[in-house]
Amino acid sequence: MFFSWPFFFEVLIGGLLAGVMYSLVALGFVLIFKASGVFNFAQGAMVLFAALTLVGFINMGMPTAVAILITMAVMVALAYSIERVVLRPLVNQPPIILFMATIGITFFIDGFGQTLWGSDVYVLDIGIPTTPLFFGDILVNSFDLVAAAVAGLLVVVLAIFFQKTRVGRALRAVADDHQAAMSVGIPLRVIWVIVWSVAGLVALVAGIMWGSKLGVQFSLVLIALKALPVLILGGFTSIPGAIIGGLMIGAGEKLAEVFIGPFLAGAIEDWFAYMLALVVLLFRPQGLFGEKIIERV
Amino acid sequence: MIFKKLFLAATAAAVLATPLLAMPAAAQNEQFMPLLVYRTGPYAPSGIPLANGFNDYFELINSRDGGVNGVKLTWEECETNYNNDRGVECYERLKNQGPTGATVVNPYATGITYALIERATADKIPIFSMGYGRADATIGSVFPYVFTAPATYWAGADAIIQYIQSQEKGSLKGKKIALVYHDSAYGKEPIATLEALSKQEGFTFNLFPVAHPGLEQKATWLQIGRQLRPDWVIMWGWGVMNATAIKEAAAVGYPMDKFIGIWWSGSEADVKPAGAAAKGYKSAQFTGTGTGAPVHAQIRDLLFAKNTGKGKDTFGEVLYNRGLVNAAVSVEAIRTAQGKFGNKPMTGEQMQWGFENLNITQDVIDKLGLTGLMSPIKLSCNDHEGGGSVVIQQWDGKGWNYVSDFIKPRREMLTKMYEASAMQYAKEKNITPRDCSKM
Repeated sequence: MFFSWPFFFEVLIGGLLAGVMYSLVALGFVLIFKASGVFNFAQGAMVLFAALTLVGFINMGMPTAVAILITMAVMVALAYSIERVVLRPLVNQPPIILFMATIGITFFIDGFGQTLWGSDVYVLDIGIPTTPLFFGDILVNSFDLVAAAVAGLLVVVLAIFFQKTRVGRALRAVADDHQAAMSVGIPLRVIWVIVWSVAGLVALVAGIMWGSKLGVQFSLVLIALKALPVLILGGFTSIPGAIIGGLMIGAGEKLAEVFIGPFLAGAIEDWFAYMLALVVLLFRPQGLFGEKIIERV
Repeated sequence: MIFKKLFLAATAAAVLATPLLAMPAAAQNEQFMPLLVYRTGPYAPSGIPLANGFNDYFELINSRDGGVNGVKLTWEECETNYNNDRGVECYERLKNQGPTGATVVNPYATGITYALIERATADKIPIFSMGYGRADATIGSVFPYVFTAPATYWAGADAIIQYIQSQEKGSLKGKKIALVYHDSAYGKEPIATLEALSKQEGFTFNLFPVAHPGLEQKATWLQIGRQLRPDWVIMWGWGVMNATAIKEAAAVGYPMDKFIGIWWSGSEADVKPAGAAAKGYKSAQFTGTGTGAPVHAQIRDLLFAKNTGKGKDTFGEVLYNRGLVNAAVSVEAIRTAQGKFGNKPMTGEQMQWGFENLNITQDVIDKLGLTGLMSPIKLSCNDHEGGGSVVIQQWDGKGWNYVSDFIKPRREMLTKMYEASAMQYAKEKNITPRDCSKM
């Protein structure tokens, strides 16, 4: 294989845009971890459930906009149910217990979603173009550009929500210190419902984008695996970290696959992403943008 | 003390004898088929139509013919989730059911097939890995209980190359062919065959492994579509990898009519998620498509019209038809075995004889209502593949259409490769091959 700069930039841009798609999934993890300290293992399952529900309603004949609104309501209902049935009884339990609970939620959502909507592959076509575009000699896929725009918009909306709204400020207060937040009257249970709802809505956006790309099928749960190195690299508590981590992982793994892969028999992009993230951990254990936790004895 | 022992012995005997006493007379005349299925999990879109095809054919045999020569077919599904451990667990759970135990096991996963070869051989239960599993298991002298009809992966690779050759006016000299494959034992199966063919036919051969599950292939397709620009791309994919590859190929502008998948990359579940991008994509097949065969009409009339049968939603899909054909070949092996051992439920050992003497001619295919769904096969003690043929189909956006005749893989070369690999296996496992000339 030969090297050329236009091809290098093509791979780089393709990687950056692929990274944006990973960030969409990583954002859901960050939101819940930031507000509750829980690593939500079920985020991938929530992406699948949201996409299955949306495509299910569309296939029932609903207009796409209506189906999206109803799916948003379903995701809020799911968040409420999780808080009521799983999280509330586990208040004050160690984080590992809550993490294990989210594993249980994953299996429940996987099974429930398939029981409700079936295990088939569903086409989700909401009109996003997929045609290749050329900028000079460099090829960029139009779908990836739309995905980048959606991710950018989502980050802006989340930033406004967290910085400028009362609820957002309450979420940040809870994230900083649960007990202090509760002592000034912020209801932890309501906050949990809100944060799981927001994570559910982010899962819906990720489900729409990934479902449009791959079809809505069970394999969507596996995209959580692509978000993990992004979280390790970007930090579990930083929304900008999820975006920048995604870009770095996307670009890094694609460049490695194309330019290093042929010397290592190929198919290195998956483990390369984790390796890249682990190298960052060596120097910054909290990730690039994560909060440094200092515990005083 | 002695009374306690007697009591325990009597209780144990009663518990053990209960299933035998409870078995009704009719059950003694039943042939049990274990069905290892995957109706849930990431590969369910492929597993559901396959399982439906099996169910519907067995049910058709019972309702149309009253069973196989009066022996009713019974079956039980066990969910493997396409997971090797669960596949072995299902096999162990079902192998002793029915009056003669499991008749034949269809593992429906290359990994499960590998895991079961030694167990099933020890249990004398035939494994029928139709279009998957070990290609070298075709050599019956080394693998007496494994059957690979009608075509192995190696035969599939050869048939695809023959098709490409026909499209390139007979010569592949100087052409570039790329293989995009699932980076697993399954995906690597055709490499040796394609390497041998590249030397024989003079084409350049490039490999592009895709890590499981294959959700992201942008780097792979940028290399293929923008850097290497091969004349043809062959795909050995599975599950979500297939649709992703088709979409990414379209995204880099690779022509779909130069892109051919193996039969596990050529079902509706592989092309539909890719939408319009998949139009023109091709795949190899050994079973036919559509709902036009007489057996389809019989299923409609005898099952669906009476609200029975499982495959209404997947009727006529590529994998539904493969399930039908797989079930039909198994039933014909039972019928063949009954010809020698009598019209009663067959044991695994008798079924092995049935498979080795199976001869499904075009006349038989027509009589079974399977016209257009399969090509003739004839198995023997040493040839467990049976000389089946492969056809190339193309997706037109709505359905699959044949774009080639049935292609006979070049088995002279393949048999040498099967034998070399099987003998290596025999050496590693300390197996003394059977002498098939004495069978």
